[in-house]
Amino acid sequence: MSRIHVTTTINGDETEYLCEPQDTLLDVLRDELDLTGSKEGCASGDCGACSVMLDGRLVCSCLVLGAEAEGRAVETIEGMASGEELHPLQQAFIDKAALQCGICTPGILVAAKDLLERNPDPTEEEVRYWLAGNLCRCTGYDKIIRAVLDTAADMRGAA
Amino acid sequence: MRFEAPTSPEDAASLLAATDNARVLAGGTDLLVRLRAGQVEPEMIVDIKRIAGIDAITSEDGGWRIGAGVSCAAMGEHDALGADYPGVVEGAELIGSTQVQGRCTMIGNLCNAGPAADSVPAMVAAGAIAHVVGPKGTREAPVFEIPVSPGKTSLAKGEFIASVYLPPRGARGGDAYLRFIPRTEMDIAAVGCAVNLSLADDGTVEKASVVLGAVGPKVIEAAEAAAALIGTTCDDTALAACAEAATAAATPIDDKRGTVEFRKDVTGVLARRAARIAYTRAKGETS
Ligand SMILES: Cc1cc2nc3c(=O)[nH]c(=O)nc-3n(C[C@H](O)[C@H](O)[C@H](O)COP(=O)(O)OP(=O)(O)OC[C@H]3O[C@@H](n4cnc5c(N)ncnc54)[C@H](O)[C@@H]3O)c2cc1C
Ligand code: FES
Ligand code: FES
Repeated sequence: MSRIHVTTTINGDETEYLCEPQDTLLDVLRDELDLTGSKEGCASGDCGACSVMLDGRLVCSCLVLGAEAEGRAVETIEGMASGEELHPLQQAFIDKAALQCGICTPGILVAAKDLLERNPDPTEEEVRYWLAGNLCRCTGYDKIIRAVLDTAADMRGAA
Repeated sequence: MRFEAPTSPEDAASLLAATDNARVLAGGTDLLVRLRAGQVEPEMIVDIKRIAGIDAITSEDGGWRIGAGVSCAAMGEHDALGADYPGVVEGAELIGSTQVQGRCTMIGNLCNAGPAADSVPAMVAAGAIAHVVGPKGTREAPVFEIPVSPGKTSLAKGEFIASVYLPPRGARGGDAYLRFIPRTEMDIAAVGCAVNLSLADDGTVEKASVVLGAVGPKVIEAAEAAAALIGTTCDDTALAACAEAATAAATPIDDKRGTVEFRKDVTGVLARRAARIAYTRAKGETS
């Protein structure tokens, strides 16, 4: 069976890869492209550790086939910082200890960034619902929610 | 396994018809989970999202046509659709997390034929019609007739649903969908209930539909529960009769998410509450 040739845009760069029909986008990112920031927690859409943006929509990359990315635009955690400069959410997660093992963190950051771009002033309840598909087994969520709310306030102040 | 992404409905139907064990891929939020779990081993996956126009929500003859590639998130962002059919939209928006919303489709939810599918009761209550494309042409079928039993649909080999049509809302109409889940988010309905109403000029219910999910092998039209609302203003007596009839119509199973007795009881409670919300919306009041 011949592999599928895919041309897509990842974090702004045109990228080509070969994949099997059953390979997920997460498989491709991690195993073909060495973009291992997106994590596999469950491979069934439940944990959100694999969250990426696909054509401007937050999705689980474990529930997208690699072949589906043809001609689309993918954004991953690797594209979040500008060079050495961390995104305010990334910095806040470090400063406020919003992570422990860090497995859930890339997915939560990608999801939280999308939330703040859509809604710069979310309520705590909105943040909690938005992130309901991102599971964390370490932090108990409180520090995560607070880091997102504080970053939102800072970013509004800076804007 | 092969992967195809046809750009016309005809090509999709001929690919599906020419292959044994081909599967349609919409949002993939059911299919990819089942693929990974080894529960399905299709010879071909046909991604329908490249078909021209399949991701559109269009106003048509006073109603709404929703393409098979429209994500539930996109439905939630469409204000005019939400104003006409808040119940249909709230059913679609209850599916999964933000990430799942970005991909899942209402038609995938329907074709997966799960008894607890959240978007199906409100579609059925709205009288939605599926536009089916197959190797021999197209046909229209009530959404109610698509699921047959858990995991099984009435679609023939080679057929897929290209869109669903919601009929004109009309003046003084409203709908609502409520579900009961053991958690507050990310869970499967133990009971779901949709109510769709149209009111006469004097504010009494002229047409009603009460549809139950998760309490039978497929979605249930609770005709007697609907009849209990006709001619009334959804006063307490009418709501009590509606709830009792909904409880009677439910045929749930015992499982870890609830006993038969509990689910029948909750069916009545949700029918009463959904009817009240639908009535408030039909009167043009906010709820
Ligand atoms: C974490 C998680 C949470 C979830 N929560 C919920 C929930 O709360 N409520 C709920 O109801 N569901 C839930 N689901 C299940 C799923 O997301 C929904 O059923 C969803 O609507 C399926 O749509 P899809 O477009 O992703 O379908 P797909 O996975 O693409 O397809 C589902 C099935 O339908 C077939 N199919 C798809 N489109 C068509 C078509 N146009 N014509 C013919 N056949 C077609 C496919 O071949 C497949 O068999 C959840 C899933 C996950 C992973
Ligand atoms: S790995 Fe994709 S949601 Fe868990
Ligand atoms: S920090 Fe360990 S899972 Fe969230």
